[in-house]
Amino acid sequence: MLPDDHATEGGRALLTVDRLTTAYRGLIAISEISISVARGEIVVVAGANGAGKSTLLKSIAGMEKPRDGAVSFLGKRIDTLPGHEITALGLAYVPENKRLFPRLTVADNLRLGSYLHRSKPDRDAPLETVFTLFPRLKERLGQRAGTLSGGEQQMLAISRALMTRPALLMLDEPSQGIMPKLVDEIFAAVQSIRKTGVTVLLVEQRLAESLDIADRAYVLQTGRLVLDGTAKEVRDHPDIRRVYLGM
Amino acid sequence: MTLQAFLQVLASGLLMGLLYALIAVGLSLIFGLMDVVNFAHGEFLMVAMYATFGLWLATSLDPVVLMPAVTALMFVLGALAYFGVVRFAMRARTNVGMVQIFATFGLAVLIQGLAQFFFSPDYRSIPKSWLGGKTLDIAGVFLPLPQVFGGLISLLAFAGLYLLMDRTDFGKALEATREDQGAVALVGIDRNRVFALGWGLGVALVGLAGVVLAIFYYIHPHVGGPFALIAYVVVALGGFGSVFGALAAGLIVGVIEALAATVLPPAMKSIAVYLLYLGVVFVRPSGLFGRL
Ligand SMILES: Nc1ncnc2c1ncn2[C@@H]1O[C@H](COP(=O)(O)OP(=O)(O)OP(=O)(O)O)[C@@H](O)[C@H]1O
Ligand SMILES: [Mg+2]
Repeated sequence: MLPDDHATEGGRALLTVDRLTTAYRGLIAISEISISVARGEIVVVAGANGAGKSTLLKSIAGMEKPRDGAVSFLGKRIDTLPGHEITALGLAYVPENKRLFPRLTVADNLRLGSYLHRSKPDRDAPLETVFTLFPRLKERLGQRAGTLSGGEQQMLAISRALMTRPALLMLDEPSQGIMPKLVDEIFAAVQSIRKTGVTVLLVEQRLAESLDIADRAYVLQTGRLVLDGTAKEVRDHPDIRRVYLGM
Repeated sequence: MTLQAFLQVLASGLLMGLLYALIAVGLSLIFGLMDVVNFAHGEFLMVAMYATFGLWLATSLDPVVLMPAVTALMFVLGALAYFGVVRFAMRARTNVGMVQIFATFGLAVLIQGLAQFFFSPDYRSIPKSWLGGKTLDIAGVFLPLPQVFGGLISLLAFAGLYLLMDRTDFGKALEATREDQGAVALVGIDRNRVFALGWGLGVALVGLAGVVLAIFYYIHPHVGGPFALIAYVVVALGGFGSVFGALAAGLIVGVIEALAATVLPPAMKSIAVYLLYLGVVFVRPSGLFGRL
């Protein structure tokens, strides 16, 4: 599968993943995955349980060491960098289990998000964005993160990631374990986030909803890339309609 | 016991307790941060005492003046201990706990050996200093000045530690790292840096206590051992990882030890402390302020 033309930006994508292979103790979880994300896009990675979606994000974020292949972000190879340096380059990642600091308050979790930024404007601007996206976080600043509801924790995790002022935000199943009303809120937030100039790479099992907000999609199956295209192409693909959309 | 005598014992116990708390807090800090028990803690105390003694010999400056330099040196040694030893021990895949214990224990043996070699097993002391041998008389209660100074330094150190943890980004980074060391990279924090600074801080704190001790205590390669034992008791009593538990527990241990010394023969005064320790371990294994 060739990297898409429309994913390039003057010939260079924001994120390029080239034939990435990652294994857990010898067991291959993703095999030769190539994807690219251009600035300003919302790109979805879909697939069934165990397809390797989370492994792909972990490998990009430096949380799991790929066995083979390359990852470039903003034209720089990042697959050998430690996670904190990848974050510092402007690639934020919200993992499946969120990894908030549960005993720290909402305010402290947000403050830690801007750890890399020293100036007041660099700290206040994303805070304002975050409060506009999720007003309810503002009411819970003094509450410990671990005592928030599942939906609120997801909002905080996304917000903490935004506090790092990323160019690219990777979200791993933000709708998981959240009540339906909040799911809509999260998807709406993803659209607003893109409007603030942040590119989004979204891993989701709720394919219908995510295709509604995405520009393009990749579909993984047992560690391999089996389909990619625009949101519309993927939505209209007969296999996708049958297997994922139940039509 | 007269009231006067009781107040005397109480005051001595509290002052010694503040010093115990200062010795123990670095141990607790490092444990809380990364679940590593530093078995070389007493050796760092000893090194700080020798550093004070050596600088005093070389410069004839008073230990009080040398305090910042010795503390800075200890900070560097702490960070080096992390980068040179502990970091590798943490990479162990199997039997992690044992590897860490023997790594810091090995470090203790190494520092001991170096001290024996370079400083010789002779007893040293700083015979004359601004505070040494002087006492403060408050309504008939006599307080040795070095201990009063130590108590003040300890209180200042705890206040500083509180401000650091509560007000600064680095304090929040410490807390976040102790919560989830695998997650701090998500906000761009290098956990190795936090660990190294945590070791620097913990060892600098015991260094402060070392300078104070060097003013009124003998200096010897084995001087750290008994203090380290008390530090382990203080940390267990206060709660592993709890900074302010260490302060409370240090004071409790100091007072109990001082009271015990009035009724038990001197050689047995530690028995009361260890009975207290055993009691805590059985009744409240997480310590007074622990959250294990
Ligand atoms: N830490 C791990 N150790 C060993 N195997 C793992 C580990 N994490 C994932 N795997 C395996 O790798 C494969 C891909 O898992 P991954 O979590 O990436 O899938 P996923 O698409 O995110 O699934 P889900 O939708 O359930 O989150 C699975 O077979 C899984 O069992
Ligand atoms: Mg997953």
